[in-house]
Amino acid sequence: MSATAEMPPKNFEVKPKLDASGQPMGELLEVSMGPHHPSTHGVFRMDVVLDGEEVVKLKPVFGYLHRNHEKIGENISYLSTMPYTDRLDYFCSMTNNWAYALTIDRLAGLAVPERAEYIRVIMAELTRLQNHTCLIGFFVQDMGALGTPMMYAFREREKILDLFESVSGARMMCNYMRFGGVRVDVNDAWLAQAKKVTNEYGKFLDEFEGFLSQNEILLARTQGVGVIPKALAVNASITGPMLRAAGVNYDLRKVDKYGIYSRFDFRVPVGEHGDLYDRYMVRVLEMRESIKILQQALRDIPAGPFMDPKAKLRGFRPKPGEVYGRIEGPKGELGFYVISDGSPNPYRYRIRPPSFINLTILEDMCLGHKIADAVVILGSVDIVLGEVDR
Amino acid sequence: METLEQIKARLEIALPITRLDILPNECPAGERSLVVNAADGFAVAKFLRDDAQLKLDYCSNVTGIDWPQATIKTKIKRKVSVEGVEKEIEETIETLRSGHLEVVYHLYSMELKHGPVVLRLRTGNRTDHTRLPSLTPLWRGAEFQEREIFDLYGVIFDGHPDLRRILMWDGFAGYPMRRDYVAPDDFEYEPTPHDKVLEQAKKHYPAEVKAEAKTEVKP
Repeated sequence: MSATAEMPPKNFEVKPKLDASGQPMGELLEVSMGPHHPSTHGVFRMDVVLDGEEVVKLKPVFGYLHRNHEKIGENISYLSTMPYTDRLDYFCSMTNNWAYALTIDRLAGLAVPERAEYIRVIMAELTRLQNHTCLIGFFVQDMGALGTPMMYAFREREKILDLFESVSGARMMCNYMRFGGVRVDVNDAWLAQAKKVTNEYGKFLDEFEGFLSQNEILLARTQGVGVIPKALAVNASITGPMLRAAGVNYDLRKVDKYGIYSRFDFRVPVGEHGDLYDRYMVRVLEMRESIKILQQALRDIPAGPFMDPKAKLRGFRPKPGEVYGRIEGPKGELGFYVISDGSPNPYRYRIRPPSFINLTILEDMCLGHKIADAVVILGSVDIVLGEVDR
Repeated sequence: METLEQIKARLEIALPITRLDILPNECPAGERSLVVNAADGFAVAKFLRDDAQLKLDYCSNVTGIDWPQATIKTKIKRKVSVEGVEKEIEETIETLRSGHLEVVYHLYSMELKHGPVVLRLRTGNRTDHTRLPSLTPLWRGAEFQEREIFDLYGVIFDGHPDLRRILMWDGFAGYPMRRDYVAPDDFEYEPTPHDKVLEQAKKHYPAEVKAEAKTEVKP
């Protein structure tokens, strides 16, 4: 086996820098950042080795929220897993629901009615809007803009969560989608309110971007920091906005065309440099595309049933087989791999968590930067520990 | 993309492979997969990644599966002629499946936007032949996922640069995703003077802990 250029760094030894006479200039400092630190977005730890302020080694440590979600999924019925998927990435329960429902739809060969497909797209795009808005709020908070931008972001998020609450009964743990459709229908008043929120969202984005996109501090902290080369991004299975910021045009809504995404007119924003600013900008532009999709979906949504009449929720026993289903979640490719053996429980239930795999090259991005930049770089990955640890 | 049969035919020409099977999948929407021997795993994966027509540059998902030893019952219909009359009878055939661990790779191409090709590697058994070649040198995306499989299933990946536990803590014994794993009642056990708790704990802890608990408690 030959060592290739993509071979990841080993658990390597690090030594302090030497001065002109060949003597070490100082000592290395080992810092355990986390698990309780405001910048780690949950219980997450980074074992950082510092030479002065420069990061020379960084090992992420996680598992603090590990509850063996996959084992739980193997011991309960197919439907009972649906509310558990909400708890994976608790910012985007709707897309988690959809990824799981889509996988089981394919496993059991269910046909999702037209109206349900539209509702699913609307929910997913609303989720994408609120996730990216909040992420940008957290991201600038990591840079030191304490509170204010995040509060603006959370104000807008609350409007979308109100929509989720009125249709599913819960703000965050929606448990809304079902195999072959959705749990309850939406009414005209809800659609009108969703239209109103969508149409006003562009105005909010203009305002938000006005504060941030040309901000001198944001430019100085993000441009040229945490660069991922295109080849490494592909090789390390990076997905979502992080991948597209590195210049790879790969969006599952365009590649797989799952659901009814082939009907909508939207573009995929792609970055150029792969640095933090591109990741910020790709997310802002993605939100603008999401608004376009939402306006088309809310305009075109037909009347009709919202569940496949063949779908069976109780006593559901799919035929033996296996399927891998994936969607473009706000954080990247969210996949479910389910093996059925004909019993009421799945034999194997695996989640492909995007934020877990996006952390693979956290060390590569941080090496050579200051410790303060490591905080911002972690912020740009967009992790949720419920999904990383499962 | 080429069909799995075409890929198999080209692989057999390009590489000296001892075993290459296509595993059927009864689910209509699911993909069939390629099963190769562990020894050939790395070469096959490298071929799939570097081949100009496939270019599977993106390893999306790595899954560990535990298959304990079991008897599989399959029903087969066959026709027999009884006294000149053709009849269809149903027979149940029992086959013994030897226990093994399995690792499944879902490979896609970001450049050519096709996929997946599903690659399966199997270990010899579940106890002492649990080594597989690591594909992390080919796809870095497998790094954390293979660590997770090592952590939860106990598959040892040869050639992995940093094989440590990832979700469970260091020093944890056992592989919790295996199907025969039994979780202890209490992970944070300390000897207490309550007889009931002590009795319960005796079932789960090794002899020295039991002895220690006995000496400390004086009712």
